[in-house]
Parts: sequence; C-alpha cells; structure tokens
Amino acid sequence: MKVKDYLIQAKEGQIDLEDFISKTLEKSAKIQKKYSPFITINDNIDIKSLKKGKLFGLPISIKDNICTKGLKTTAGSKILHNYIPPFDSFVVKRVKEEGGMVLGKTTMDEFGHGTFNINSPFAIPKNPWDNERTCGGSSGGAGCLTQTSDFPHIAIAESTGGSISCPASFTNTVGITPTYGRVSRWGLISYANSLDKIGTIGKTIEDASLLLSIISGYDEMDSTSIDAKQEDYANYLADDIKGMKIGVPKEYFGEGVDEEVKKIIWSNIKMLESLGATYEECSLPHTNVAIPAYYVIAMSETSTNLAKFCGLRYGLEKEIKEGEGFNEYFSGVRKEGFGKEAKRRIIMGTYTRMAGYRDQFYLKAMKVRTLIIQDFKNAFKKYDVLVTPTMPIIPPKFSEIEKLSPLQIYMLDILTLPPNLSGTPMISVPGGFSHGLPVGMHIIADHLQEKKMIQVAHTFEQNTNFNKLVMK
Amino acid sequence: MIVSEDIRRISKIARLELTEEEVREFTKQIDDILEAFKALEKVDTKNVKPSFQPLEIKNVWREDIPKEYEWNPLGNTENKKDNYFKGPRSV
Repeated sequence: MKVKDYLIQAKEGQIDLEDFISKTLEKSAKIQKKYSPFITINDNIDIKSLKKGKLFGLPISIKDNICTKGLKTTAGSKILHNYIPPFDSFVVKRVKEEGGMVLGKTTMDEFGHGTFNINSPFAIPKNPWDNERTCGGSSGGAGCLTQTSDFPHIAIAESTGGSISCPASFTNTVGITPTYGRVSRWGLISYANSLDKIGTIGKTIEDASLLLSIISGYDEMDSTSIDAKQEDYANYLADDIKGMKIGVPKEYFGEGVDEEVKKIIWSNIKMLESLGATYEECSLPHTNVAIPAYYVIAMSETSTNLAKFCGLRYGLEKEIKEGEGFNEYFSGVRKEGFGKEAKRRIIMGTYTRMAGYRDQFYLKAMKVRTLIIQDFKNAFKKYDVLVTPTMPIIPPKFSEIEKLSPLQIYMLDILTLPPNLSGTPMISVPGGFSHGLPVGMHIIADHLQEKKMIQVAHTFEQNTNFNKLVMK
Repeated sequence: MIVSEDIRRISKIARLELTEEEVREFTKQIDDILEAFKALEKVDTKNVKPSFQPLEIKNVWREDIPKEYEWNPLGNTENKKDNYFKGPRSV
C-alpha cells in the first residue's frame, strides 16, 4: 500500500493499528535476518500515545546517529554501544508530534565515516539487488530498509558528504538532502558541523518530500538553523518542466565515471528535454579539488567532535584504576571504542589542525570551498537545476571494496562532495539499471530551491518506471 | 613525508592509543592521502575568503534563562558517586 493511501485509511480509522504494528514488526524481523538494515528494532511502540497528525500511524525509521528518547542510539560506534538518549532530537520530536511511530534505528558507518556502510562493529546491510554488494553509505540501513519494506514507511537519514544520495542511488530509492540549515541538527551526533544535514529517503519523491516538509523549519536549539518559511513540498509534485533550464556539468562525466552510468544519465537528460526542459553543458571548474577540500574539513571537524567521547558520563566506560591518570584512561577507552576509520580520521584531522599545518591544509580547504560554492552560484544564475550521475559506479561487491585503499574509497565520493560542501540541496532518484543494478540520477538546486529539484524529479518519476521495478 | 614517529606524536595529542600495527598501517595510508591532498596548494586562493559554513550565518542570541533539567544527567554512567561523575585522578 502506498504511504499516501495508508495515511488516509489510518486517519479514518480503517486500519487496525495494533495488528498493523505487530505485522510490521514481524516483517521487519524477517528483513533484518536477510538484509540487516537495523541496529535496533523498536518493539516498544505505544499506540495509545500516537497523535492524530499528518503521519498518524506511519512507521518511520531513524538513522542511528539521531537521538531517540529511551531508544538506544549508537551512531554505529562501539563507544556509544549502550547509550540511551534522555531526549528526542528535533526531527524525532516533529515526527512524534505528527503521529509517526519510530520503527527502529538504521545501520550506518561509524559516525558517518564511510561510503559503503562497512565501517561498523554492528550489522552491515546487504544490497537487496545483490546480497554480495553494498547498500552504500553512510546511511546504508535507511536505503536498504526503504527498498525492502513491503509496508508503508519513510526513513530519516543524514548526509555529510553524500551519505543520503549514495545509498539512495545504490538501493534504487529516493534520497533528499536539503539545504544546509533547512533541518535542525539538535540531537544529531555530529560528524562535521559545517557539513551535516538531516534528510529523508523514501520509495517515491512524494514520500521523501512529505517527511521533509515535516522535519524542516527553524529551531532555536541549532544556531545554524535557517529562519526560512516552512514549505509544503507536496505543492511541487508537478508533472511539468516546460521552460526549465538544466545545466550538465562536464566534470561529472569525466574520467572515473563508468561509461554505462554516463550513457544512462545522458539518455535521461534527453528525456527531460523531450518533456519540455532545455539543457546545456556547463563547467564547475573546481570539481577536482572537492575531494581534498572536503576530507580536510570533515576530518578536522570530526577530530574535535569525537573528542567528547572519553569514557566518562555516557557510552563505553572502563573501571577506573587506582592511580590511573586522565590521559591514560581516555586514550585507553578511545582505543577500544573507536573503529579503524574513525581512528584514521581523528589522526588526520588532528594533524591538519596542528600549528604549522593549519594554514596549509585547514584554512586552504576553507578557501577552496568558497571557490566551489562560487562555481555553483555562477551555474545557478543560468540554470534551474544541475543534472549528474549520483555515484560514478554501480554498487560494488564487498569483496571488491576490501581491495581498495582508504584514498581510493575517498575518490569515489567525487560527485557527491561538491554539492555537500556547498550546502546546496540535492535529490537522488532511480535513474535506470546497469548490469541489473540501480543507477541514481542526481538533481542539484540552488540554496533553498528544493522546490525546483522536486519538480524536475517528480516529472521524471511520473514518466519512468525505474522505481517500480521489482527485485530479483 | 609522514613517518611513524609523527603518527605516535599525533596519537598522544589526540588522546588515542594506537597499536604498533595501526601505527604502521596508518603511516603509509595517511602519507598517501596527505600527498594527494597537496592538490589544494595548486589552487589560487589569493584574495579568497574562507567559508567556515556553506551559507553565510550570523550569530544568533537568546536570553540566558536557566531551565530545569528534564533528565537525569547521571542516568547513562556506571562511574558515579553520590551526585557526581567519577573520573580518573587529575592531580
């Protein structure tokens, strides 16, 4: 059943909620056994407390770095393996105010550090299109569950450098990353403050937009929250793009991008043209330096953010030995609690902020970010949206990923990093199939212009059937 | 060029104990990564201001009014005594 139809029926009292929830939990347990999208399934849903709002009775999954009151929240890390938040994050509060139910907490790379959702001591989600392949990361569980759930559901995910778009692309779902500051991060366990954005993953543009409308808006608890008018994105679910101008940045079709992926996205662009839009090739000249700029900024910020995890007050703790000093205790807990990728990023981020290297790396990366933002601003003077492939490749096998060095993995983020550095909104939509595996199409818009990308995405979705294809 | 002594020194600053195997592995990997990141040096950023946030953000202020705790701050720890967190000795 579609989310929209379910919500109408639930509101009118035509759904036996108790029965629906028990069946949904049963199905979730089965999905977990086969694909592992959850870190925690919430078997403590209180139906009586549900408010009769816009999401009444709808299961919503939450990425595990977003705090849920009374429900374990690990951020995919052993150092928070037992953390029970005493409060709800802003987005979860919004979901509950509208009657949504927290179905569970979805898997992720530890603190969001990864492209394939493999960097975690907990469950590693498997791609529903091929079990030997990754769901993408870091919000791998959100994409996996959205694709595998045969019950109405929408996911809350989060992106720092592409963590919504990548799993949406690899699992053939719709992922929306809103403008930086559009959705409050109050209650998000931060990876990198100047980059983190909470967004949504759904089976359709309509689902992902519905949840975005609910979780966006100003929040005084997040100092970066934008005080912009709250919009109902359902208003932009048009089937018309006549007169819209699309920019196609040539750097996003360069070396390293799979030939078949390029072909598929180009044929989609031609299709958008046949639906009334016009397109033109353009250039975002600083694309090639987005990888170092992003990683220097993200690692610098994460090395300070993760400093708070020290084995005191919450999370992993050890017995404090007689005579043991502060530094010895902290270093020991952190050694045990952090995984390899988190350690690597802490070490690199500490280095790039150190006296003598700060200007060479950190400050320089911040200046390069200005140039990358200007590239986008210049493009949006001419175009309504930019269309590119979401990922340069189809989902790789776990056995292939094992052979890659950390640097080779970072390079695969080339297409998602520039818009994430710029804080522009983006949507990844099912764009076709290559070798039986999904290919995502990225539609990027200017700051606060979510409506334009939703309009283009919805028109595209209405004229294709890529998201309706059934898994093997 | 990063050498293992650098990694050991940074790990002390970061309060993050590493095994000898991790030091060996990270030295090579981080050296490769930082070498690739030197691509930043080639970008002309003369007269370019740094963007510490993707959108320009101004300071926001609110009245400093104390609020009651809605939760028990000691609820997530084993290391506590009376109404205090218990930590390692600092002096």
